[in-house]
Amino acid sequence: MFADYTWSELGSIFAMQGFAGLILFSVFVLMALGLAIIFGQMGVINMAHGEFMILGAYVTYLCSHIVENYVPSLFGVYFFGAMILAFFASAALGALVEWALIRHLYKRPLDTLLATWGLSLMLQQAYRSIFGAREVGVTLPDWLLGSVALTDTIEVPINGLFVMALTLVIAVAVYFLMFRSRMGMQTRAVVQNRVMAGAVGINTERVDRKTFALGCGIAGIAGSAFTMIGSTGPTAGQLYIVDTFLIVVFGGAASLLGTIASSFAISQAQSTMEFFLSGSMAKVLTLLTVVGILMLRPEGLFSLKIRR
Amino acid sequence: MTNGKSFLSRQDLLALAVLAALLFIVLPVSVDIFRLNLVGKYLTYAFVAIGLVLCWGMGGILSLGQGVFFGLGGYCMAMFLKLEASTPEATKIQSTPGIPDFMDWNQLTELPWFWEPFKSFGFTLAAILILPAIFAFIVGAAMFKRRVGGVYFAIITQAIAAILTILIIGQQGYTGGVNGITDLRTLMGWDIRTDSAKYVLYFLNGGLLMAVLVLCLFVLKSKLGRLLVALRDKEDRVRFSGYDVANFKIFVFCFAAVLSAIGGAMFTLQVGFMSPSFVGIVPSIEMVIYCAVGGRLSIFGAVYGTLLVNWAKTTFSETFPELWLFGLGALFIAVVLVFPNGLAGVYRAQVAPRVKKWLHTRKSGPDAPVQDPQAAE
Repeated sequence: MFADYTWSELGSIFAMQGFAGLILFSVFVLMALGLAIIFGQMGVINMAHGEFMILGAYVTYLCSHIVENYVPSLFGVYFFGAMILAFFASAALGALVEWALIRHLYKRPLDTLLATWGLSLMLQQAYRSIFGAREVGVTLPDWLLGSVALTDTIEVPINGLFVMALTLVIAVAVYFLMFRSRMGMQTRAVVQNRVMAGAVGINTERVDRKTFALGCGIAGIAGSAFTMIGSTGPTAGQLYIVDTFLIVVFGGAASLLGTIASSFAISQAQSTMEFFLSGSMAKVLTLLTVVGILMLRPEGLFSLKIRR
Repeated sequence: MTNGKSFLSRQDLLALAVLAALLFIVLPVSVDIFRLNLVGKYLTYAFVAIGLVLCWGMGGILSLGQGVFFGLGGYCMAMFLKLEASTPEATKIQSTPGIPDFMDWNQLTELPWFWEPFKSFGFTLAAILILPAIFAFIVGAAMFKRRVGGVYFAIITQAIAAILTILIIGQQGYTGGVNGITDLRTLMGWDIRTDSAKYVLYFLNGGLLMAVLVLCLFVLKSKLGRLLVALRDKEDRVRFSGYDVANFKIFVFCFAAVLSAIGGAMFTLQVGFMSPSFVGIVPSIEMVIYCAVGGRLSIFGAVYGTLLVNWAKTTFSETFPELWLFGLGALFIAVVLVFPNGLAGVYRAQVAPRVKKWLHTRKSGPDAPVQDPQAAE
C-alpha cells in the first residue's frame, strides 16, 4: 500500500495525518480525563459522559448565537467565556445527578451503568426537544479560521492548534488540581481508603460530589472544544462513549498519565491508518487491537501497584 | 434428584403452564396475525433476556454484547435464506446472476468463501449454535482466566458490539451494510412470508422458548446453578473451595450466547430480515433492560419483562415518539433505584405467598397428583 507514494509524499502524509491524529488526541484526552476521574478514581461508570460533553457543546453554541446577534464586538473572544460557562453548566448538572442518582449506587457499579445509560437517553431526548434533531455548528471567530503552511505540502489548521493548546492547559490544570492541591489530596485519600479518609475528618460525601462534578465539568470543556472541529447533534455523545471508555481502561483505570498515553496511541493509530484504509476499517482495526491487548493485559498500560 | 421431573417444582410447573397458556392459547386467539408476528418478534428477544438472567442475575457477569450473539445467529440464518432467494433465475437481471443482490451492487463478481458453506441448511443450523459458542468461549476464556470481571467485562463486551457493528456496516459488499440482509423469501422451498408460515413459525418459536425455559430450570436447579449463585456472591470462597471459577463463568457466558443466537435465528425467520441495528451497543443494552424489568433473578420474569417493555415501546413510540425515550430512560433509572428485582421481585413479595398457600391447600388433599396445576388452568 506504500508503493504508490514517493518518500517525500509519505513523509507529508504521515505528518498531516499525525497532526490530524493530534487533534483527535486532544479531544480524546479532554473527554477521557473527565471519565478517568469519575471512573478511574471513583469507580462509577458514567454512560452519560458523552451527554455532559454535548451539554458543553450546546452551551457554546448558545453563547456564539447570543454574542453574534447582540454583542458582536466581543465576538473575537466569546469562546473563552463560553468555555467557562460550559464547564460550570456541566459541573452543575453533574453535581445534581450525583446527588439524585449516583450516591445511592456507589456499592453497585454495574447498576450505575444502567442508570446513567437511562440518564443519557433522557438527556438526548431533552436536547432533541430543545435544540432540534439536526446537527448545529458554531460560527468561529476569524482568527481561528485558516491554516498555517509549514512547508509546501504540510498545512496545519489554526483551530486544531487552539484545541491542542487548550488540552495542554486543561491537562496541566488537572494535574495540579489532583496532585498539588488540597482537593486532589482529599480525592485521592477517599479513593484509596474511604473509611480511613472519613476517620481523619474528610467529608467523603462532599468529596464525591465535587469529584463527580469536576469530571463532568471537564467533559463540558471537551464539548466546547469539540464544537470548533465538528458539528453537534443530540446523539453525538453516544458515538464517543465507547472509544472513551476503552481509552480509560486501556490506559489503566486509575492512572491519569496512562489515560493520556493511551489517547495518544489510539488516536495516532486511527488517523494514520485512516489514510490508507477506509475510515471504518481503521476504527475496527484500532479497537480490535485495543481489545486484544486488554485481553492479554487486563490491567491496562499503566497500572498502580497497590495492595488491596 | 430421584426421577427425571423432580427439578421442576410445583411452582415452576404452574409458571410454565401459565406462560404456555398465554403464548399458545390466549394470544393466538385474541390478536390478528400481524400483532402475533410482532409478539413472536418480541419473544425472540426473550431468549436473550433469559440468557442474561443466567449470566448476569445468577452469575453476576453483565455482558453488554449480547446483541453480538443475537446478530451472529440472525446473520447465519439470513445468509442461508438469502442464498436460497438468490437463485440464478431470480437474479438474472444482475451482472453476476446467482449471488445476493447487494453483492452485485457492490461490484462483487463471485460469492465470498465464507458464504459458501451457508448453502447447506445443516451447516447453517450447526453454525447458529456453534459459532456464537466458540466466539463466546474465546472472549470468556481470555477474560475470566485472567480474573477480569464486572465492570471491565461489561465495557469490553460493549466494545466488541461496537466493533462488529462498524465492521458489518463498513463491509457492505460482504454483509449488506447498514440495510442488512433483506428480501428473504423461502426456507427450503417453503415461503416464510405467508400468514400460515407466520403461524407455524410463531408456534415453533414459542415451543423453543418453552424448551429453553425447561433447560434453564434444569441448569439452575443443578449443582452448576448453585455454584453460579455462590460465585456471584462470594467468588473467592468458591475458588478456595477448590472450584475453577473461570470455567463456570465461561460455561454460563457461552450458554447465554447460544440462547441469544437461537433468538436471533428465529428473529430472522419471523421478521424476514437482519440488520446491524440489532447487533450494536444500543440494542445490546436494551436487551439488558428487558431482563432487568422482568427481574434479573427470574427466567419467567425475563419473558414477561421483554413482552412488556416491547409492547410499551411499540405503543408509545407510535403515539408519543417524543416521550418514549424519556420513558425508557426513566425505566432504566427506576428499575435500578426502586425495583432492583423487577417484576419478579414484586411478584415474589406480593403474589407468590398467596399462590404458595393456594397450592398448599390443594396439596393437603389425599395424594394430590403433580400435574394438577396444569389442569387448574
